Amino acid sequence: MTAADLIFYALAALTLVPALWVVGSPNIVHAGFNLLLTLLGVAGLFAWLGADFLAVAQLMVYIGGVLVLVLFTVMMTRVPQAREADSGAKRAILPGLFALGVLVVLLLVATGTHWGAPALTDAQPTTAEIGANFMTSYIFPFEYVSLVLLAALIGAAILIREPRGTEEDDEAGAAVETAEEEVQS
Amino acid sequence: MMDVGLSHFVVVSALLFCLGLFAVMKRRNAVGILMGVELILNSANLNFVAFSRYVQHTIDGQIMATFVIVLAAAEAAVALAIVLAMFRNFGNVNAATATSLKR
Amino acid sequence: MNILTEMIRGWFGPDKMSDQMVLILSAVTLATLMFVVMALCALVFTWMERKVAGFIQSRYGPMRTGRWHGWAQAVADMLKILGKEDIIPAEANRFFFSFAPILVLLGSLLAWAAIPWSPNFVSADLDLGLFYIFAVSSLAIIGILMAGWASNNKWALYGAARGAAQMVSYEIPLALACIPVVMYTGSLNTSDIVIAQQGGVLNWFLFRNPFIFVAFFMYFIASIAETNRGPFDMPETESELVAGYHTEYTGMRFAFFFLSEYANLFLVSLIASMVFLGGWWSPIPGTDFAPALTFIIKGVLMVLLNMWVRWTLPRVRVDQLMYLCWKVMIPVSLTCVVGAGLWMMWRGQA
Repeated sequence: MTAADLIFYALAALTLVPALWVVGSPNIVHAGFNLLLTLLGVAGLFAWLGADFLAVAQLMVYIGGVLVLVLFTVMMTRVPQAREADSGAKRAILPGLFALGVLVVLLLVATGTHWGAPALTDAQPTTAEIGANFMTSYIFPFEYVSLVLLAALIGAAILIREPRGTEEDDEAGAAVETAEEEVQS
Repeated sequence: MMDVGLSHFVVVSALLFCLGLFAVMKRRNAVGILMGVELILNSANLNFVAFSRYVQHTIDGQIMATFVIVLAAAEAAVALAIVLAMFRNFGNVNAATATSLKR
Repeated sequence: MNILTEMIRGWFGPDKMSDQMVLILSAVTLATLMFVVMALCALVFTWMERKVAGFIQSRYGPMRTGRWHGWAQAVADMLKILGKEDIIPAEANRFFFSFAPILVLLGSLLAWAAIPWSPNFVSADLDLGLFYIFAVSSLAIIGILMAGWASNNKWALYGAARGAAQMVSYEIPLALACIPVVMYTGSLNTSDIVIAQQGGVLNWFLFRNPFIFVAFFMYFIASIAETNRGPFDMPETESELVAGYHTEYTGMRFAFFFLSEYANLFLVSLIASMVFLGGWWSPIPGTDFAPALTFIIKGVLMVLLNMWVRWTLPRVRVDQLMYLCWKVMIPVSLTCVVGAGLWMMWRGQA
């Protein structure tokens, strides 16, 4: 086992162990903070795979945008540190069995398939290539995504607005804006 | 243990996907459901990037993953706006109690 | 980085260590070095801040400790902080309470890795440099939210919510203001950005393009808000929120917040000097004798400007803060991006 393999297992553990808490923790704020570690782990796995742009974009958009929004919403919709009546073990049985079944099938496929011999090349910086692709072969999806982001921004702002009187759309727009800025760079 | 290869990433991604699926089905809190969706999206992204590195040797998988990240941000913004509207209308964020379109 | 790996190889003999060991050792050395520099600059800047505040308010500031203009005051403060009892409130969440300061400090420490101190000294010469710096800074936002929530104190939570909202919002004009420069260099690499500004003060990006000149001021205002300093120090407004998200913190943990505040202050100033003010190039072409020193002097001047603003202007209200960001600074920064692009089409890269 090489050092790279060890790093992979550490990152996989960083992704999966906190994910257990994201799923199981009765306290939704704990789940949110554990989601931070999971997202960090996934960013680490991206970096391990040589996708440097994606790793940093994951940090920027998920942790700097989505997770902040999630935590904000959690804190705005309940009193601090209150427990959520969400931990009924009985209700977890059926979903648990279903998820386990899906997992077994997926694992059988994952380990049973011959994926072909990987011929790895050294990881190159990917940013320039991704950017060039956005402006050439992927120009239509790229522009379309910008449109979707704009629509989401406006939609979130309208949804969040008080029925009448002052509007308060700042926080809801933040993630969309962050994402937009990431696309533009 | 064998060297880390594509199957390792597929296994990690499968585990992450099933955890997310379980969260979506089990959670009653709307934000908790959203967190489950984020886990599922991340597992899909992990697969995109791993396959683009090990099988295809092009950048396409990473571009798909970028789109997924961007759309996840848009999805989170809209979903959380809905959650806040729900909180305003029903006084809680329990997905099971939000049964009517109007108050 | 290369020099350092060569040096480590030299000390231990060429064949005694594997490449991985050398890499790990040099990374550890660099991280320690950056941490020491961070602690030192926090010491110097606390003293400087008090002297600047004193000068602006027509008084002396610290004068006693260490004879010459109270230079040892910061050291004495640090010793006092380290000697304090470490208190975790009974109702606080112990794990997240202790984890939050580390996360906040980690955000600033990671960002320091991509700063180009001189042509041949960058801790991590990343292809994504500038983007990476903005991305890892977002770890601190989560750290602040975590600190506020784990303290289980309403003032701390308000402070954290304000701080996070402010930092998320002002990150956008901050990054947008740097985009015209990235358009000029065609690279996010921090060293490339500095190298593109060679040849005297007129080649600095600040003076190359009128839109970048405006973007610089957008960057400066956003950077004040991003570091949570006055007149935008909403998270800690002592008249409203006691002390914001670090109300409940004492001793070493408080020192972490304190350290990261000054580290962030120096970081945004260094980025300003790197992106807009020519980095390690001296103003007159051909006089680049001490690149690292030039770079640091520019950074310290930006810090002084920041302190000047902090001690001169009154604090704004929260709604004014958000209004400024979303309805003034983001449109202006976007205009700067578009304008700089048009200017480039008209005048070329010059």
